Amino acid sequence: MKLTGSEILIECLKAEGVKTIFALPGGVVLKIFDMLHQQKDIEVVLTRHEQGAGHMAEGYAKATGKAGVCLVTSGPGMTNVITALADAYMDSVPLVCISGQVSTSLIGNDAFQEADNIGLSRPCTKYNFLVKDVNDLATTIKEAFYIATTGRPGPVLVDIPKDVSMAKTEFTYPNSVSIRGYNPTYEGNKWQIKQAAEAIMKAKKPILYVGGGVVFSQASKELLELAEMTQSPVDMTLMGLGAFPGEHPQSMGMMGMHGTYCANMAVHYSDLVIAVGARFDDRVTGKVSEFCPFAKVIHIDIDPTSIRKNIHVDIPIVGDCKAVLRELNQILRATVNGNQRDLRKPWWDQIREWQQAHPLAYQQEPDGAIKPQHVVKRLYELTKDRDPIVSTDVGQHQMWTAQYFKLARPNRWLTSGGLGTMGFGFPAAMGAQAAFRDRLVLCVAGDGSIQMNMQEMAAAVVSKLPVKVIILNNRFHGMVRQWQDLFYEGRYASSYLDTTPDFVKLAEAYGAVGLRASKVGDLDAVLKEAIATDKPVVVDVPTYPYENCYPMIPAGGCNHEMILEDPPELKRRMAGAPSTGSDEDKDTILTA
Amino acid sequence: MEHIISVTVENKFGVLSRVAGLFSGRGFNIESLSVAPTLDPSMSQMTIVTSGDERIVEQIVKQLNKLIDVIKVVDLNESEFVSRETALIKVHTKAEDRAEALRIADIFRANVIDSTPSTYTIEVTGDPKKLEAIINLLQPLGIKELIRTGRVAIAREAIRPALSQPQKIARE
Repeated sequence: MKLTGSEILIECLKAEGVKTIFALPGGVVLKIFDMLHQQKDIEVVLTRHEQGAGHMAEGYAKATGKAGVCLVTSGPGMTNVITALADAYMDSVPLVCISGQVSTSLIGNDAFQEADNIGLSRPCTKYNFLVKDVNDLATTIKEAFYIATTGRPGPVLVDIPKDVSMAKTEFTYPNSVSIRGYNPTYEGNKWQIKQAAEAIMKAKKPILYVGGGVVFSQASKELLELAEMTQSPVDMTLMGLGAFPGEHPQSMGMMGMHGTYCANMAVHYSDLVIAVGARFDDRVTGKVSEFCPFAKVIHIDIDPTSIRKNIHVDIPIVGDCKAVLRELNQILRATVNGNQRDLRKPWWDQIREWQQAHPLAYQQEPDGAIKPQHVVKRLYELTKDRDPIVSTDVGQHQMWTAQYFKLARPNRWLTSGGLGTMGFGFPAAMGAQAAFRDRLVLCVAGDGSIQMNMQEMAAAVVSKLPVKVIILNNRFHGMVRQWQDLFYEGRYASSYLDTTPDFVKLAEAYGAVGLRASKVGDLDAVLKEAIATDKPVVVDVPTYPYENCYPMIPAGGCNHEMILEDPPELKRRMAGAPSTGSDEDKDTILTA
Repeated sequence: MEHIISVTVENKFGVLSRVAGLFSGRGFNIESLSVAPTLDPSMSQMTIVTSGDERIVEQIVKQLNKLIDVIKVVDLNESEFVSRETALIKVHTKAEDRAEALRIADIFRANVIDSTPSTYTIEVTGDPKKLEAIINLLQPLGIKELIRTGRVAIAREAIRPALSQPQKIARE
């Protein structure tokens, strides 16, 4: 039987096991939407902006490990989703984005709502396709899913002109893919793995530096075995959080610009850095020339371009984290003995000393302004038994959540790392909630970033996605304000958000639930109420506006030279600062 | 240091822009680039002349390999290779210069491929130094127009690594 391009697309999505797509219609994709409307296997979450659709698909992908799918129209639909594609590309998120295109006869004519979708998306996708012939559609969709989910995952765009979505052809879904230029390496080189094992056996001060690759390749079990067997401390990148249990005694927490003191000291003074599924981003290394100056470096990554891109690597291993760690563990199991524990005792003594010297800390006065860290800490303590999925936007609240929300398992952490996309958190949480309707999904946001995709609250209400949004409301672009206080003598250029909406009323206006915790004493009760509510909830928490996120390695600084608290001149300047961000304090803030 | 990289790619639309976009997006240099189909019309061969230190060239090769439409990448500097470039030079010739122009062409084993009463168009092939030399000699006569192909290069056979068939993979 002959099917139209639109029907073929839907059949392909079903064959790939897609249950939910995130979409917003428009002229050239009407046929596809018409067909989606007439079937029940795939749920359509109608978003309010295409950026939201893209981030929802990302959240879905990060939480499930499968490709997320979004569907947008041509022209502005496409340009709106670009941010999400760029985000997914930086963070290696498997995504298939279907975009509409004007009819093939009109391409290049500056037709209504035409954009060069292939040209626009080329630098921010792993690959992209323009389907010019309906006979190529099924193969293209198969290849798109294959490319998105294999090797180093990433976003793939399939651009479908209107006439292709309407043309008919016989449908057969290919069951295999053959792309001669694409052949990712999964098994690591055995000789290199042996070299790595030998280096690990000899190391006195090893450290595991693990990133998002461990999460995507589902290598947490192997990582845990390696860490315990070799008595190595584990540093996680922002993307790697959850790859190793946050409360495990060997977990050093997050490393990098706002990483813990011991995580950064340990990597700096280590004699062997074992990097697994991480890419030596500048937010992790600080000053590259002084990153881990005393260490040999083993680097395990599926993407050969990540190896030796930023720093010199002594033992490179190209391969899938899970496959390589399994092989490495097998060699080590045969050679590890009690000697390692003795060999590394001084190293652990030193690490415990660092941990005790500068643990993560904040001061919460019982009747003072609410400290943002305290909100995250309480949220963590109140929800950890429910194994929640947590998303964040980008900024101070993101770093505090990364520091205080100690995830026990992978695929619970949705955050925008590489691109640093404000507005990511809320739609990403919705995407995860769409995949797991019964799970508790939290979104920690800032008052600045939530406003970048607040419109999706309408979609959350309509599609019954009971995400709990906790807004750490400091009435600032907090991280910008922090940098201005530290490096721009406190001139708050465009960082103070003069008119922040009443988020409680705003939530209610959308048909969601709005709650507010104004005092420390109210916090637990309000959070509990939010968690118990079966609808989307916004919890507005006014927080102390001048709290800075520490430790901090200034951009381009060295990892062992962290700022641990407000420098003296900042303390002097802040001595007369108002304690809240309320309207009465506005003039003081602006003249501060 | 200058490197000549030979890249076998899928012969389909958009591939050149992916390769060019990779170089511009990552700040790599392209000194010249030439593309044409191979014996197998489904593939094209690119010769890219680029420059950079060892680390940068390693990244260029890896990044090219990462492109899905790229089938094979060879850094020709890793072995012996020969390279050639062709230039077409339109020389403005006064009556008294015409014999001199022909003599210069002859020295470089270049051909005159078009002739008018006031111009010769000379075709010359060789390595960049040879091209520079003939251009320098013809310049005093008056070069009206000059076009160069950019270099193409091929590994010398004796030490050329065995070419294996592009690997096919099948996956459920």
